[in-house]
Amino acid sequence: MSDVTLHHGAEHAAEPHKHAHHHPFLQHHFEDLGQQHEASTLGMWFFVAQEILFFGGAFCAYFIYRGMYHDAWKLGSHHQDWKIGAANTVVLILSSLTMALAVWGAQGAKRKFTALMLILTLILGGIFVGVKGYEYSVHIDHGLFPGAQTYTNVEATPELTQQVQLFMTFYFTMTGLHALHMIIGAGLLLWFIKRTWRGDFGPEYYGPVEIMGLYWHFVDIVWIFLFPLLYLV
Amino acid sequence: MANADHSDHIGHAPAHHRSSLASYFAVFMTLMILTVVTVWVSRIDLGAFNTIVAMAIAILKATVVILWFMHVIHSPRLTWIVVISSFIWLAMMFVLFYADYLTRGWPLS
Amino acid sequence: MTSTTIDDAPYIEPSTKERRNYLNDEYGVLSWLLTKDHKRIAILYLISVSIFFVVGGVIAFLMRLELLTPEGDLFTSDTYNKLFTLHGVVMIFFFLIPAIPAVIGNFILPIMLGAKDLAFPKLNLASWYIYIIGGTFGVIVIITGGVDTGWTFYTPYSTQFSNTKVFLTTMGAFITGFSSILTGLNFLVTIHRMRAPGLTWFRLPLFVWSMYATSVVIMLATPVLAITLVLLMVERVLRVGIFDPALGGDPVLYQHLFWFYSHPAVYIMILPGMAVISECVAAFTRKKVFGYKFVAFSSLAIAFLGFLVWAHHLFVAGISVYAALVFSFLTMLVAVPSAIKVFNWTATMYKASVSWNTPMLYVLGFIGLFTIGGVTGLFLGALGVDVHVHDSYFVVAHFHYIMVGGTIMAYLAGIHYWWPKITGRMYPEWWARLSALLVFVGFNLTFFPQFLVGYVGMPRRYHAYAPEFQVLNVLSTAGATVLAMGYLLPMIYLGWSLKFGRKAGANPWGAAGLEWATTSPPPKENFHETPVVTWDAYDYPAFLKAMRETQNV
Repeated sequence: MSDVTLHHGAEHAAEPHKHAHHHPFLQHHFEDLGQQHEASTLGMWFFVAQEILFFGGAFCAYFIYRGMYHDAWKLGSHHQDWKIGAANTVVLILSSLTMALAVWGAQGAKRKFTALMLILTLILGGIFVGVKGYEYSVHIDHGLFPGAQTYTNVEATPELTQQVQLFMTFYFTMTGLHALHMIIGAGLLLWFIKRTWRGDFGPEYYGPVEIMGLYWHFVDIVWIFLFPLLYLV
Repeated sequence: MANADHSDHIGHAPAHHRSSLASYFAVFMTLMILTVVTVWVSRIDLGAFNTIVAMAIAILKATVVILWFMHVIHSPRLTWIVVISSFIWLAMMFVLFYADYLTRGWPLS
Repeated sequence: MTSTTIDDAPYIEPSTKERRNYLNDEYGVLSWLLTKDHKRIAILYLISVSIFFVVGGVIAFLMRLELLTPEGDLFTSDTYNKLFTLHGVVMIFFFLIPAIPAVIGNFILPIMLGAKDLAFPKLNLASWYIYIIGGTFGVIVIITGGVDTGWTFYTPYSTQFSNTKVFLTTMGAFITGFSSILTGLNFLVTIHRMRAPGLTWFRLPLFVWSMYATSVVIMLATPVLAITLVLLMVERVLRVGIFDPALGGDPVLYQHLFWFYSHPAVYIMILPGMAVISECVAAFTRKKVFGYKFVAFSSLAIAFLGFLVWAHHLFVAGISVYAALVFSFLTMLVAVPSAIKVFNWTATMYKASVSWNTPMLYVLGFIGLFTIGGVTGLFLGALGVDVHVHDSYFVVAHFHYIMVGGTIMAYLAGIHYWWPKITGRMYPEWWARLSALLVFVGFNLTFFPQFLVGYVGMPRRYHAYAPEFQVLNVLSTAGATVLAMGYLLPMIYLGWSLKFGRKAGANPWGAAGLEWATTSPPPKENFHETPVVTWDAYDYPAFLKAMRETQNV
């Protein structure tokens, strides 16, 4: 046991790359950058897993009611403009591309390219949220915002009216939660743009950009399901 | 150092796979095509199959994003386990919820 | 093999000089409030969960006072409704869910793994602050009039009819959920990626296996509670009918969603207790736990099966009989891995030289009381029986046997067992044994009558009851008084021990495990040198031989 202290030192001395212990972003409870990278990535995956269950619960409730009130779900869906929804879907998938490219850039220490990709991702995300805001305002104008005072839309029967309001409740709750996640993502992107410009990232240390990507792609996946379920019934 | 275990807790420098630019664009085009297909199919009346097709395409798109944009295809086995487990848990939720709703004996609506 | 007592701590002498450790490393309030050290965060949690435990306990005591007499003469029914709701909310969300993971787990887990800290220390601190914010919502609710829906918030009463602080309470629970999720996330990553060299999965202490299983449940179940509470809040604020039958909603859907989390939540509460029991059984029998792999895998089995049984809370709520049959069958299954643990702990004690220190007394209490609680859970899982005892005191007794006779006893076992490691001091053994006795007697006197009174028909959540139930209720309240003494004493003597307790060495129990391979209290970075593990779990000879050669103490 007397050579316990040499264990990690010996291994690092043998490695040709820059001595990891002096890397400015190595946190000291980790042995080396590799462990830190693996831990951070795994952490973000666990976070994404619980987000899948979070949205999943909402999707489950949505589907149960869709089975019960299929006609109302159709009517509610026809209140959405599928062309805007499709265009927004394209915008979001494009933002996923730019995000993936940003990770690629960070891996290659391409500071300006990475920053540009992150800025594009931010802009595209902003467009998405802006368009959603526009859609919301149109719905509110048409009396489709759920609530005793705000919901004035009337369908053929009182039951259908109630059920379409239920659809709209799911619409606003699920797209609202999604938009909230995008806004949080946008805030994080701003911070990452700053860090990229500062030159923080390179082949040895790009983990933060990668986990930003994991978060952003997850939010995209939620929308991939929301679009057909809300706009294309 | 007879029994030092390096399997999954000491990573050294990240020796990570860097995907090719081309692969990202290929994925993007796939997603675009699938989006178009989704919209196109939804305009055709297939009855109950509309939902199934729409969800199948969505699942395909999500799989593509997960495998390539999120790099799972190049990720360690543990990542695969985490991703697959979360969907299995979701499936358990759906199956057992529907076990109640489909067997209540009165029509759903 | 002689029995190990604190008097013959054999292997490492206490250090005579005051060494730098995590407690005296830095001073000042900010060094605690801005700490990233998992050990200090554990202490922050210890203080906060203890405060909430007292709050929840006082509320329970008020309830028991009311129930001394059959008439509802101490509180109005509305007030009583608020009391049992707040008792549940405080005890479950602010005490039971965080207690063992965030206090004992936070402190001990990284050290057991040979790590310097958890994977994400800043996230760990954030977790505590989020818990405090959530808890503050709870306190505000208590001060501003309370909530009366039951901790289960069943709709449509909670969303359409209750005029109490439902939104604030659900917001508090929602926020506290994030604290739980972050703790679970931290544990999972740490266990996967930060084990010391040589510490393979099957050399891990069983504590780690159970905490791992707990963390899996936390990650997969808690978000479902989050979305359920969001939908609840949307319904309440917008006055729509997601779960309101009058507006087209299904109240049973709410119950499905709620219990999808809340049943696994009970495993979040018991698995950490089982984690502690495994460690204490090994330590105080000086033996490997019988059937290590079975115990390890049983934790995972409980985590998995625990997700498949939730609708046994809905048997009489209106679900289909066929679904109820399926859930009843699955409920029977989930008892099996728990039973395996009980058998294996008991087998460990067979022909062992058992030390009757306080932790071991709590362990014995746990094994007996958890078994009763678990078996009565099987009674409840049988459809026919449940129809009669649902929402009666039988249910109340069942879950208190598990959560109080189980989890809280395990929590106390762990606090006593690791007290020397955490504080560097021994607690006074005879006072502790007296408290354990008071807790055991008080507990049984409080809750056993509740099985009886529930079986013959006394419903739960009522402030008044039929006069024939009075004798048993009086016994129950008397028990609660004794139990309260049993809980009060440790708060006093543990506090006393901080200043006056005998100083503890690195391994006062002669136990095996990396946490005993460093000083008491540990240094800030846990070990002076990263340990390399060459011994199996609970392999006393190998461990102690390695310790003679270590430079960590």
